[in-house]
Amino acid sequence: MAEHEMIGTSRQSRIMAHFLLVIGVIVVAFPIWYVFVASTHPLQQILRPPLPLLPGAEGPSNYARALSGDIGRIGGVGVDRLLLNTAVVAFGIAVGKIVISMASAYAIVFFRFPLRMVCFWMIFITLMLPVEVRILPTYKVMVDLHLIDTYAGLILPLVASATGTLLFRQFFMTIPNELMEAARVDGAGPWRFFKDILLPLSATNIAALFVILFIYGWTQYLWPLLVTNSNSMNTIVIALRKMISFADADTPWDLVMVTCVLAILPPILVVVLMQRWFVKGLVETEK
Amino acid sequence: MAEISLRDVRKSYSGLEVIHGVDLEIADGEFVVIVGPSGCGKSTLLRMVAGLEEITAGEIAIGGRVVNRLEPRERDIAMVFQNYALYPHMTVRENMAYGLRIAKLSKAEIEERVARSAKMLELGQLLDRKPRQLSGGQRQRVAMGRALVRNPAAFLLDEPLSNLDAKLRVQMRLQIKELQRTVRTTSIYVTHDQVEAMTLADRLVVMNAGVAEQIATPAEIYDRPATTFVAGFIGSPAMNMLPARGLGDALEVAGQRLAVPAPAGRDLILGIRPEHLHPAGPEEPGFELHVQAVEWLGADAFAHGSLADGTDLVLRTPGKAPVRERDRLKVAPDAAALHLFDAGTGRRL
Repeated sequence: MAEHEMIGTSRQSRIMAHFLLVIGVIVVAFPIWYVFVASTHPLQQILRPPLPLLPGAEGPSNYARALSGDIGRIGGVGVDRLLLNTAVVAFGIAVGKIVISMASAYAIVFFRFPLRMVCFWMIFITLMLPVEVRILPTYKVMVDLHLIDTYAGLILPLVASATGTLLFRQFFMTIPNELMEAARVDGAGPWRFFKDILLPLSATNIAALFVILFIYGWTQYLWPLLVTNSNSMNTIVIALRKMISFADADTPWDLVMVTCVLAILPPILVVVLMQRWFVKGLVETEK
Repeated sequence: MAEISLRDVRKSYSGLEVIHGVDLEIADGEFVVIVGPSGCGKSTLLRMVAGLEEITAGEIAIGGRVVNRLEPRERDIAMVFQNYALYPHMTVRENMAYGLRIAKLSKAEIEERVARSAKMLELGQLLDRKPRQLSGGQRQRVAMGRALVRNPAAFLLDEPLSNLDAKLRVQMRLQIKELQRTVRTTSIYVTHDQVEAMTLADRLVVMNAGVAEQIATPAEIYDRPATTFVAGFIGSPAMNMLPARGLGDALEVAGQRLAVPAPAGRDLILGIRPEHLHPAGPEEPGFELHVQAVEWLGADAFAHGSLADGTDLVLRTPGKAPVRERDRLKVAPDAAALHLFDAGTGRRL
């Protein structure tokens, strides 16, 4: 609050600030607006520039066609199916990563077991390996397990997370030891302590991480491209890529634009719904 | 309610022994205070009773049952921590009820117990608040309440008042004492504050470097300290310690002969509490004290000075002291209140 007052003292500087802000919004939002506008015009209109700046009349029919599977290049799979696939994958990756990294951080911080530090460092050094490095062996494993073209195949290889583990480890280490001891005296075993004390205290951290990981999962490209063959198992990003042909005339740009709009909506929804928690999780220091 | 007994309890960390065999028998309903300087092992000892530290050797029994290998929750104890360790996301009510919920008590029973403890500690208005909305003193009371609702065999308190300001500490000290009198639950209380120790304890354990130097009532510890450490640690200002030599029927100290029988030819330490010195009469044998500083506290005053041979000495006089800085003063000890220790072992003769 105080900072706002300090900066916004003169009328001139306020106008200047708004001017810059508006420019920023236009730069960021205009392409998205343009995508939306394009999604409401017929294909011929899009292929014959310039494209109008206002939405056309074809909106409802474009969206209906995309959702009913009228896109031949992806085998007639409806965009609703793509949205479902992507939602399952993004949700699965986010939840899976959080569960695995919380569990491993819990073990590393609160339990004394042989090779504890070795385990920690093994998790830590995987941070240095990008997904691409292990992509071939991972693919082989997925083939051997018959997980190609399955949700499990899409989700599992992306679930392990050194970053998440480190994040939770740092957070768990800020929890005073006495809290765990008080719980032990109160009769809570390891599981109850996790469920009753640690989980509620981590809620905002979990929310922040969930938002980040959901979007990470939603925008995955390389792995879904490799592990799906069937059109009906595609994620929306892969399907978008498949819709686009080298020849402009071959590409149903109107429906591509519809798909783009639909692909953006769920991540926006997640961010908007969880914004309060997200910010809290990033800035909260008080325990 | 239960008695607690420690038999030759030892603790080592990777081969290094920090508690060197403590024996302690605590009667049912007794309030025992463990006091000592920081690092003396008092908290470790308490945590061993709680089950938060493993016992390297020896035996701890609560209510006649050896608990060495039992988890804290199986020992039927409740603990109050120095930083209170309240669950930050739970209300006061939930904090107090948590242990009872785990013990699977009925809702009505939990409700009733929480209400009863809240009433005793005047927490009624605060039951629906979160710990961060409470003041330090209120948090302390909630921590007490969380122990109280459990109705355990023993209370273990680890420096529960050291995070409070001085005034609140005195208030809470009285409240804790009264509470313990009411519920008559066996209690072990760890502190480094000797005033807390003296005022709260039925019996005191003075610890030093992993050893229980003396276990006795506060009065006995004050009147008959077993070692020079206890003598110096309990009492403020600390007891004066003067190197002395036994002469059989008398004692030679700071060039003076005191008519106190002491074994001939032995190196001794003479302990005199500051309040057991008085300005000497003209005929009385005494020490020549060169006063360097006078502290006036209102009710009484302390005169700090040194003797001719350089030994420091503190004298306590009631009221507005007739002594001033740079005075030379002849002081004599009260013959009945002298303490003699062996200079080598530090033990009381």
